[in-house]
Amino acid sequence: MSGAGARVRAEGFGWRHPGREEPAFSGLDLEIPPGQKVLLLGPSGAGKSTLLHALAGLLYEDDGDEQAGLVEVDGVPPREARGRIGLMQQDPEASIVMGRVLEDLAFGPENLGVDPALIPGRAREALAAVGLGLDDDHPTSALSGGQKQRLGLAGILAMRPGLLLLDEPTANLDPEGVEEVRDAVVAAAEARGSTLVIVEHRVQVWVDHVDRVIVLRPGGGISHDSAPAEVLSRAREELVAAGVWVPGHIPRGPAPDARTASATTAAGPAPDARAGETAGSGALRSGARLLSAASLSVSRQPPDRRWTRARRRAVRRSGEAAPAFAPARGEAAAALPWGRPARLAAGPVDLRVAAGEHLAITGANGAGKSTLALTLAGLLAPAGGIVAASGELRSGGGGAGREVGWDPLSWGPEELITRVGAVFQEPEHQFVRPTVRAELELGPRLAARARREDPGEGPARIAESLLRRLRLDHVAEANPFTLSGGEKRRLSVGTAIAARPRVLLLDEPTFGQDAHTWGELVDLLRELMAEGTAVVSVTHDLAFVSALGGSRLRLPGPAGRAAALPADEDPASDAARRASAGERAADAGLRPAAGPRSADPRVPARGGR
Amino acid sequence: MDVLSEAPGAHSALGRVGAGTKLVLLAVLSVVFLLSADWVTSGTGLLLLVVLTSATGLNPARIAVRLWPVLTAALLGGWATALLAEKAGETVADLGVTVLTTGSLEAGAAIALRSGALALASVLLLLTTDASEIGQALAQTFRLPARFVLAAVAALRLVGVMVVEWGTLASARRARGLGGAGGSSGLRGLAGACADFGPRTFALVVQALRRASRLSTTMEARGFGSGPRTWLVRPRYGRADLVALVVGLAVPAVAVAASVLSGQHRLIFGG
Repeated sequence: MSGAGARVRAEGFGWRHPGREEPAFSGLDLEIPPGQKVLLLGPSGAGKSTLLHALAGLLYEDDGDEQAGLVEVDGVPPREARGRIGLMQQDPEASIVMGRVLEDLAFGPENLGVDPALIPGRAREALAAVGLGLDDDHPTSALSGGQKQRLGLAGILAMRPGLLLLDEPTANLDPEGVEEVRDAVVAAAEARGSTLVIVEHRVQVWVDHVDRVIVLRPGGGISHDSAPAEVLSRAREELVAAGVWVPGHIPRGPAPDARTASATTAAGPAPDARAGETAGSGALRSGARLLSAASLSVSRQPPDRRWTRARRRAVRRSGEAAPAFAPARGEAAAALPWGRPARLAAGPVDLRVAAGEHLAITGANGAGKSTLALTLAGLLAPAGGIVAASGELRSGGGGAGREVGWDPLSWGPEELITRVGAVFQEPEHQFVRPTVRAELELGPRLAARARREDPGEGPARIAESLLRRLRLDHVAEANPFTLSGGEKRRLSVGTAIAARPRVLLLDEPTFGQDAHTWGELVDLLRELMAEGTAVVSVTHDLAFVSALGGSRLRLPGPAGRAAALPADEDPASDAARRASAGERAADAGLRPAAGPRSADPRVPARGGR
Repeated sequence: MDVLSEAPGAHSALGRVGAGTKLVLLAVLSVVFLLSADWVTSGTGLLLLVVLTSATGLNPARIAVRLWPVLTAALLGGWATALLAEKAGETVADLGVTVLTTGSLEAGAAIALRSGALALASVLLLLTTDASEIGQALAQTFRLPARFVLAAVAALRLVGVMVVEWGTLASARRARGLGGAGGSSGLRGLAGACADFGPRTFALVVQALRRASRLSTTMEARGFGSGPRTWLVRPRYGRADLVALVVGLAVPAVAVAASVLSGQHRLIFGG
């Protein structure tokens, strides 16, 4: 196998997915010399991902008339040059094949017939290049989304391909990771003289490191093709209009007041006036506490039955108010009824979620951000400590709902969605109805049922207005699974807000969004905050954090686990008192991380059951 | 749970035996037990396997707990056989609709013991062997086509992913207002969980199909099937395998010998 880069040539090349009228792309004339680094841009739907798959030889003709024109890698059809081509797909889960880190990294080289003695060296080199310090035997299923993306990239690098095709290779990474991985890709490509073709929304990351920028035209063909600086100056307006993330262009600036972003929206009326208009949700004072966590540590491991029962009894005994929670450390933190032995993903942390404010949870890949968010949302059982709802959250929307206990985990599902809405990292997980419209109607319908009301026209009206606001009206009757990535994400946000929760938790809401939909999402969330909804987002997107303002909780990476100073007060036990005192959470909401803790309460997972 | 995480019994004595050796032993044991229709062969075999299990550092009682559905099925199968088998020998009990004779009871015991022995042997293999080890043995030792074996191993990883996904789907559906409560249970929780089972299974199947097609694309993108391949890990066979082979083959040999000497031995065909 030669180490040099591959040459790519296309003439009048086009591809039409079976059963579709319009081609994904067409009329491409293209020549990429060996070793060139190319950034491929274009509006969403211009066929960038499909083109990468075609260049990798992974598209199959069903009827024989899907492909038009000609495409070659090193003078042969890509299928025949497959060993020379490494493609990394968008979905991090899809980039992993085997169950252990080393096995997975070895998979590519093994397929290419590389001498087994050389494989471990290559694997370790690739692993170091992407900044992953994992044991050879680490199970790949235990990795976070960002870690999977890095491992998938390492798996491609270990193949040492002549043509590297990367589809949004840094989308799931933390900001430091983005630069690290980009440098690794560039270094790997330059060291072997590999040809590089990258699809990436965020132009800024790559623009100074590529030789050439190609912009696909949605109708077919290429609209721009030259040096990066030239394309960016000549086509800037066109790219901005197409929703491409052009350097220096952020669709929405920082929140007017970063600390109390909720007080006013960019151009909206005062929050109280708006809140009054919102049917079903009572006016909430901005800043009133809705949800708090005390010495909360989180884990993905499901609890065993015995612990679940003991905890349920303790919740029942605690009655109306959340228990006065004495922060426990070390062994005691893992004791009944509030703690359990588990492999911790993050914690312990103390935090507050306040009406109309934004709380951003940031941190490196694998820091446990998603797990923390799901635990706050009453979807996972805490591994230690408690999540407590305040009186305002417990009483439900506008006093119409039944009062529920302080423990979100023990709420019924209909009680949950009108109080705390959660949007998962993978939107498809949350799709449960056959059409987009039905998805949006479900929340209001269930909410009405929980209030023992006749829903009437309400759900249909809410769905109609959300369809418009989220620009999903053209796909209202489509199956949610057939939407584009950006549309799926907007729909999943829509399904959560349709039930009008007081707290909205979003896991990576901006992943895969172009600049247009990003801006619209920010507008929508600002509006909700002005109406008194608390927004908690798990995100790597610093522009998004600054656009929504509020406070920020940074979880330390998997290496230097833990946060939170010893609690000087107990936010949960005095929830009701404090809420009525009307404190601003921004003042005392977060205790800053205090570096690695000395007493690490992590308890090893129990083995050998 | 993850089927591809380290096998729970990887550190037992059997864990050090090569997957190929264990596959051969499982095949021999299965054939012998399947062909023998008498209770002495399967009973002796089961007894020996239980003794060997504890000798290799695994706890047979724990395995029995895990295996309870299979063991229950074995007992029920035995009972059904006892009811339906040919009525030979003396009548032991007359139940009105049917009679139990010594012959039919023996046939029932043989079936139950045989199922137990086969289940235990298979579980010993799975408990002490990684899926990828089995894959390596199948492809390299037994020369099965790599394409088929690797696809199976990768699919097995998906099973582990699906187990995790099952939990995620429960959370995701709860976040949409469906299904049971997370912490609450009792009757309401149980009813919710039951009503949710069908749609949740359907969602899982949808996810499984999507993942499978993405996974096959990924495998191809990593050069799968592009030419002759090498293997990072070669299965090695040594003294442990020899010992395992001798001891393992002794089990069916002793069982059959005991049965022949006691005059009970009977093959499934031709009585």
